[in-house]
Amino acid sequence: MVTQTGHAAEALKLPDMPDAGGHFGVYGGRFVAETLMGPLEELREAYEQYVRDADFQAELDRDLAQFVGRPSPLYHAERWSRELGGAQIYLKREDLNHTGSHKINNTVGQAMLARRMGKRRIIAETGAGQHGVASATVAARYGMECVVYMGAEDIKRQTINVYRMRLLGAQVISVESGSKTLKDALNEAMRDWVTNVDETFYIIGTVAGPHPYPAMVRDFQAVVGREARAQVLAQAGRLPDALIACVGGGSNAIGLFHPFLRDAQVALYGVEGGGEGLESGRHAAPLCAGSPGVLHGNRTYLMEDEDGQIIETHSVSAGLDYPGVGPEHAWLKDIGRASYVAASDAEALQAFHELTRLEGIMPALESSHALAYARKLAPTMDREQIIIVNLSGRGDKDIHTVAALEGLHV
Amino acid sequence: MSHIAARFEALRSRRRVALIPYITAGDPEPSVTVPLMHALVAAGADILELGVPFSDPMADGPTIQAACERALRHHTGLRHVLEMVSRFREQDEQTPVVLMGYLNPIEVMGYQAFAAAAHRAGVDGVLTVDLPPEEGRDLVGALKEHGLDSIFLAASNSSEQRIQQMSASGGGFLYYVSFKGITGAKQLDVDAVHEQLKRIRQHTDLPMGVGFGIRDAETAAQIAAFADAVIVGSVLVARIAQLADEPERIVAEAPRLIAQMRNAMDANGPLAATN
Repeated sequence: MVTQTGHAAEALKLPDMPDAGGHFGVYGGRFVAETLMGPLEELREAYEQYVRDADFQAELDRDLAQFVGRPSPLYHAERWSRELGGAQIYLKREDLNHTGSHKINNTVGQAMLARRMGKRRIIAETGAGQHGVASATVAARYGMECVVYMGAEDIKRQTINVYRMRLLGAQVISVESGSKTLKDALNEAMRDWVTNVDETFYIIGTVAGPHPYPAMVRDFQAVVGREARAQVLAQAGRLPDALIACVGGGSNAIGLFHPFLRDAQVALYGVEGGGEGLESGRHAAPLCAGSPGVLHGNRTYLMEDEDGQIIETHSVSAGLDYPGVGPEHAWLKDIGRASYVAASDAEALQAFHELTRLEGIMPALESSHALAYARKLAPTMDREQIIIVNLSGRGDKDIHTVAALEGLHV
Repeated sequence: MSHIAARFEALRSRRRVALIPYITAGDPEPSVTVPLMHALVAAGADILELGVPFSDPMADGPTIQAACERALRHHTGLRHVLEMVSRFREQDEQTPVVLMGYLNPIEVMGYQAFAAAAHRAGVDGVLTVDLPPEEGRDLVGALKEHGLDSIFLAASNSSEQRIQQMSASGGGFLYYVSFKGITGAKQLDVDAVHEQLKRIRQHTDLPMGVGFGIRDAETAAQIAAFADAVIVGSVLVARIAQLADEPERIVAEAPRLIAQMRNAMDANGPLAATN
């Protein structure tokens, strides 16, 4: 186990990020066409006003408790930990939230903001469909029009979530351009927003995009880490040694990591979609194997070719199939505060089956990447040490994918 | 004075409004681009806007996205676009060329390397759609060192302060986006554009170009009555798309639209008004 020797038990001195322009070091910022600069500034002002507003916070807390079902449990996976023969693994059960993933934490917050800004129409992009479902859910509850952009490829592999969104009253628009996945859905949602900006609120689902989205989505997701920190102190009497979360855009990872950033003794691991392996080039791991660039409104690590064109990503998990990553992760990587690794499709599937069989919990394929790294890390640590894995979503949506990989049709 | 500024001054003395066609470099195949640039000049273009293909053209509509996809099938990258400008310069040293595209290809090449290479190739200005002035200081500086103008987009919701900022860091002209939305989306409201230009001109001395939504000669002429430049993109790119399977026809046929706009602008514009 790699512990952060030299500064154990002391608070790390880290600057507050982002800066006024939305920068995390050299990353982040606001790289958009002029028409969006005004609306983004309006959004930033509204967000900064309401984040300090007691009524807003009280309503958010009430919704998170009564509509989402928070706090989500921190569950000690004793049998799996024993099987792996090392550190004790705790699972932060975001899969138990209403709609089945952490995504709802953010959509509840942004929809409340949309209402206060007088916007009647919300749009969203989605990859695995979890953010689309979470957006359609809050739109149904508030009686708002909802349009979800989803890549044609993802629509094929996430049929259940597509149907859920339609049941909730959302219009799901199939995106046929580019690689027909999450990045193209994001392009299309941006185009909708720039065209209909006066009445439309764009709920971005991850900690990427132009300022203020990376900071705002992080703040709405940080409830995950705040709860986990209090829960582990209550259950185990001490802070964990390591946190592990999967990273596509990176919202569940930032949500878990953020309240622990200054805890020097807590190691942070983000796990990217390794696809068919980093050496194959067919993966979705910009932090592990990409380079810095500018896409979707922010500077960050990207999967790109030598001409600066964005290249297609590959992951068994639609939610990780994204060529960029939130700018705060890029910064955490560069300053060495967090480590980023990759788990392959095969490793994620193995972890999916193992958790299902040993703990009776069926994880989302996205979260299975975090579990796959926990399988590797735990045996290198002592039995007294603690790992918290963010179980960001449940696996029901993925059973068709898993069955198909095993040659079954369900 | 930059080449673009000099061109606007010369046009003003001839009371001619600039006509600026946009094409995506490498669309539908690389061999078409340089001959097409010459043909557009012959048809009455005063400045050329050459699009650098990008995989994720977020601010563009389906027409220009499709053009990027056609060009990228032939792997037309920024380096190839610069080579095309060099070849264009072998026969035309006068017509200013503006590159229009997204930041990432320039990021990857490096600002200094790009600015030097663009200058060597004969590029006069660079419009980076997703680079507002707040984020643009380093690139604007690098371009300025090599005598290139940074051209910014202004919109109806740009504040006075932002227009002043663009005016201070930009050069050549200011590109007024005639409606909120993506390229090629809808017909524009000429009177509303006129009002906006009056507002923006209070905060800048740069020539004003108008683009997005100019689809026919009549609209081009109406805009020419009060703008310094008329920028035409999607409708020309759509014509190229129609001919994509017969690229040998593109150079002869696509510029006709530009010639029609030129005629209508010259018949109807400030030149006609003073005759």
